[in-house]
Amino acid sequence: MSLASQERTLARGLVAPAVLWTLAFFVVPFLAMLALSFAHMEGRKIVQGFDPGNYLRAFGDWSQLKALINSVEITLTVTVISVLLAWPLAAIIAWRVPQRFQRLALLLAVLPFWTSYVVRSYSWLLVLGKNGVINQALMGLGIVAEPLALASTRTATVIGFVHFFVMLLTLTIYANLVQLSPNYARAAQDLGAGRWATFAHVILPLTLPGVITGAFVTFVLCIGDYITPQILGGNTELTLPQLIMLQMGRSGNFPMASALSVILMAVVSLAYAGCSRWLRLDRV
Amino acid sequence: MRILSWVYLCLAYAFVFLPVVVLVVFSFQDGRLPVPPFHGFSLQWYEKILSDTGLMTALWHSALVAFISSALALVMGFLAAHALARVRLPGSVLLRGVLIAPMTVSYLIIALGLLTLFNQTGIKLSLWTAGIGHVVINLPLCFAMAYAAMGDHQKTAERAARDLGATEAQVLWLISAPMLAPALAAAFFLSVTFSWDEFIIAFLLTRFDVTLPVEIWSMLRSGLSPATNAVGSLVFLVSITAVVATEVFVLRRAK
Repeated sequence: MSLASQERTLARGLVAPAVLWTLAFFVVPFLAMLALSFAHMEGRKIVQGFDPGNYLRAFGDWSQLKALINSVEITLTVTVISVLLAWPLAAIIAWRVPQRFQRLALLLAVLPFWTSYVVRSYSWLLVLGKNGVINQALMGLGIVAEPLALASTRTATVIGFVHFFVMLLTLTIYANLVQLSPNYARAAQDLGAGRWATFAHVILPLTLPGVITGAFVTFVLCIGDYITPQILGGNTELTLPQLIMLQMGRSGNFPMASALSVILMAVVSLAYAGCSRWLRLDRV
Repeated sequence: MRILSWVYLCLAYAFVFLPVVVLVVFSFQDGRLPVPPFHGFSLQWYEKILSDTGLMTALWHSALVAFISSALALVMGFLAAHALARVRLPGSVLLRGVLIAPMTVSYLIIALGLLTLFNQTGIKLSLWTAGIGHVVINLPLCFAMAYAAMGDHQKTAERAARDLGATEAQVLWLISAPMLAPALAAAFFLSVTFSWDEFIIAFLLTRFDVTLPVEIWSMLRSGLSPATNAVGSLVFLVSITAVVATEVFVLRRAK
């Protein structure tokens, strides 16, 4: 055996555990779920087969379709608001905060990132709830007479999500901003661009890769999250993950839950396709 | 413009810290509800949770699952990264794609897929099954971080060691691993924090023995309580300690 082929055999051996693990516990389970999504329920029994009924129901039944629409609406709202809030924050930390305090400023800005995810949503309940901090403050100041219904609404879900993703996006956008050489802005200004033109045509486009990456991660994590809408949104309007859990828990309808999961994954894939194409166009 | 920047910065920090401050302050509440008014300072809720055996068992389970699954993910991720960075295999790109793929899929879907598999093969749910799920989500992370940290520098040193007669195991253990130590440590710490805090996989794939996030989840069912605040504050303290430790030991050494 030649040295090169010996090396290749060895490399295969080293890659094998990771690849086999991923195949056994990620690819195979996904295929099993995909197969299950074409099964149907007879009473409480799962009957395997090739029945597209679950998918037809997911798009044809308004109560199911509404969950998908809610999820997409909430996720897009959260992504846009988070980017709009995080960009200036990252820029201020990168450009205004003195160099030696930047790491500290960034660490502080994302500190609550490290609380327990479940507890973070719960904390917002303490702030937004009927007897929560905001309502008591507003009533104490005499601004409102009755407590505002903030918790168990879509607004609460969005606030909870935005809180989490502003921290995440601040990190990715900051990482992008500090890599920008100040020479770009100088060159633009030497060539006669004003401050606004420099920002809009030079700085902003250069940070887009960081923004798109962060926005994509936000989209994926947000649309697949069960905890935040469940704790903060209540059961008034369901998101897709809540519906999936409901199908599984209350009715034990695994085939329907599987079909909804496949749809969730398809939406994420669409977002990925959209982002990657957009990024490539941007580079050209 | 300058003043506006500082105002924005302060508002952003206020927004980011508001829920955490409320959480911690009302964990010391001398009363039954963790909302204003603040009745006075008390440590009763901390006493309560620290003597709660269910909670402490869940905490132990979480630590166990986090460390074992992260160690496994790190070892497999490191070996794969080592091989793929060095040798060009047919299908390298595909292999990398397969290894990274779980990163782009929601945890809920990973959990549901595994639940389907375990149901169909008759594997009973336990901490081990949750651990398997956590390896699935942390393996891509460990692989990507180790892969990104490998440079020509490493390859040269590895080749030199091999020329001098080192076996492959010696190269891995004595050359590659120590050279990549900061990246590997960072990957390990990050995996531990992800696993430690992960809810949905642990929720769907455990049955009788549960992890801390699942236990906290069941505490939430009984409504608002300063006890939940106290647990949350303690978890926060542990995570902050881990983050600061990573910052001080790992990243400072990397410089």
